[in-house]
Amino acid sequence: MTEKKIRVLVAKPGLDGHDRGAKVVARALRDAGMEVIYTGLRQTPEMIAEAALQEDVDVVGLSILSGAHMALAPRILELLKANGQENVHVFIGGIIPDEDMPRLREMGITGIYGPGASTEDIIKDVREAVK
Amino acid sequence: MTNTDSVLEGNRLSLSRLLTQVENDSREGRAALTELFPHTGRAHLIGVTGAPGTGKSSLVNQLTLYYRKQQNKKIAIIAVDPSSPFTGGAVLGDRVRMRDLSGDNGVFIRSMASRGSVGGLAQTTASLAQVFDAAGYDIIIIETVGAGQSEVDIARLAHTTVVVEAPGLGDEIQAIKAGILEIADILVVNKADRPGVENTERALRSTLELAHPTKRIFRHHGQTLTVNVPEVNATLWIPPINKTISTDGTGIPELAGSIEKHAAHLHQSGDWAARDRTRLGSEMEALLREALMSRFLEGVHKKKYEDIIEKVHQRGLSPYEAVQYLLNGK
Repeated sequence: MTEKKIRVLVAKPGLDGHDRGAKVVARALRDAGMEVIYTGLRQTPEMIAEAALQEDVDVVGLSILSGAHMALAPRILELLKANGQENVHVFIGGIIPDEDMPRLREMGITGIYGPGASTEDIIKDVREAVK
Repeated sequence: MTNTDSVLEGNRLSLSRLLTQVENDSREGRAALTELFPHTGRAHLIGVTGAPGTGKSSLVNQLTLYYRKQQNKKIAIIAVDPSSPFTGGAVLGDRVRMRDLSGDNGVFIRSMASRGSVGGLAQTTASLAQVFDAAGYDIIIIETVGAGQSEVDIARLAHTTVVVEAPGLGDEIQAIKAGILEIADILVVNKADRPGVENTERALRSTLELAHPTKRIFRHHGQTLTVNVPEVNATLWIPPINKTISTDGTGIPELAGSIEKHAAHLHQSGDWAARDRTRLGSEMEALLREALMSRFLEGVHKKKYEDIIEKVHQRGLSPYEAVQYLLNGK
């Protein structure tokens, strides 16, 4: 029997085209032994929820630098729930103003990371959440 | 309702969770496979393989779009990418090229890491295909790891193997080596808008002609010669060469036509059943080997086993002697 691998969907919702952060995180999670499904730029919340369903992931990591997180995050959480995947942990990385963080956490976002966040912390938090 | 029932009824979440259990080769996964097995054997399994960067994922994307629009068939895609040999992690990126397929409930894409297998597929890819087959998908497309020359496991699994080439990847000598070209039921020269496409096609064609000679007329030192070769066996399948441009869909209907012809050929010649039998036979053999190995190891003390490995390491025993010793106890 194979050990259970942590599966993570890394997605970039919305219209900004800056995917370096998402790629750095994808690579770091890979090096931590996780299986990362990378979906690329300009994903709609529907596309992300569908991919999460088909891939049966434990974690969804969103990279948002457009400022649209207060619209995108709740929509994605809602769709995951509608699909029966309310137990999937959602992480956000990008430019998130401090004042939005409490509300995002309240909605059910597990972790939020801004510029300069260490990938070691992200890996640690993902492992902790999935445990 | 059990999980397998809801998979059979088309519940996508149950299907997805079952795929995970099967991929992890868990007890539940094995039990479900047994329950689903009577429902398998209907789908057409199409393998898509070729070197990295030849455009396999984009081709699968276009082919699936075509099947959805023209034939309304339910399509499952299993996309295999390599796991890191060092950390066991993986980045599975084939979905990036398949974004046109999202929002369609008749398509299910599942990415898979190879998890240490080296034949171009993962250990449990065949089992995942069985689950999709039972769940009522008409066509299951299996995209292999970007393959070199010996990742040929796909030919054992799929009914139809499509080998994707792109211009500029090698000369005729590459093409007559054993391996990946030999397993092709259909050859695709993708990126047919790129320069060099004629050379690639010519190299592939002459390779095919070495294997399947037909009547030929050619000019030699200014004279026209006709060479007749023995009657070609009518049941012989000669791989067609399809040219495609998977960024815009050129050549896709023709490729789908070749695939359909191949399926018809398999049914007509009896190869469909023969392939199915061979595949199930080798699957059973692998399970048997595994079961025998674990049954054997149950009867061997771990300490004794380790001692023997150490003896081999110290060059006191050859590996052959060690195996004899383990089997015979002396």
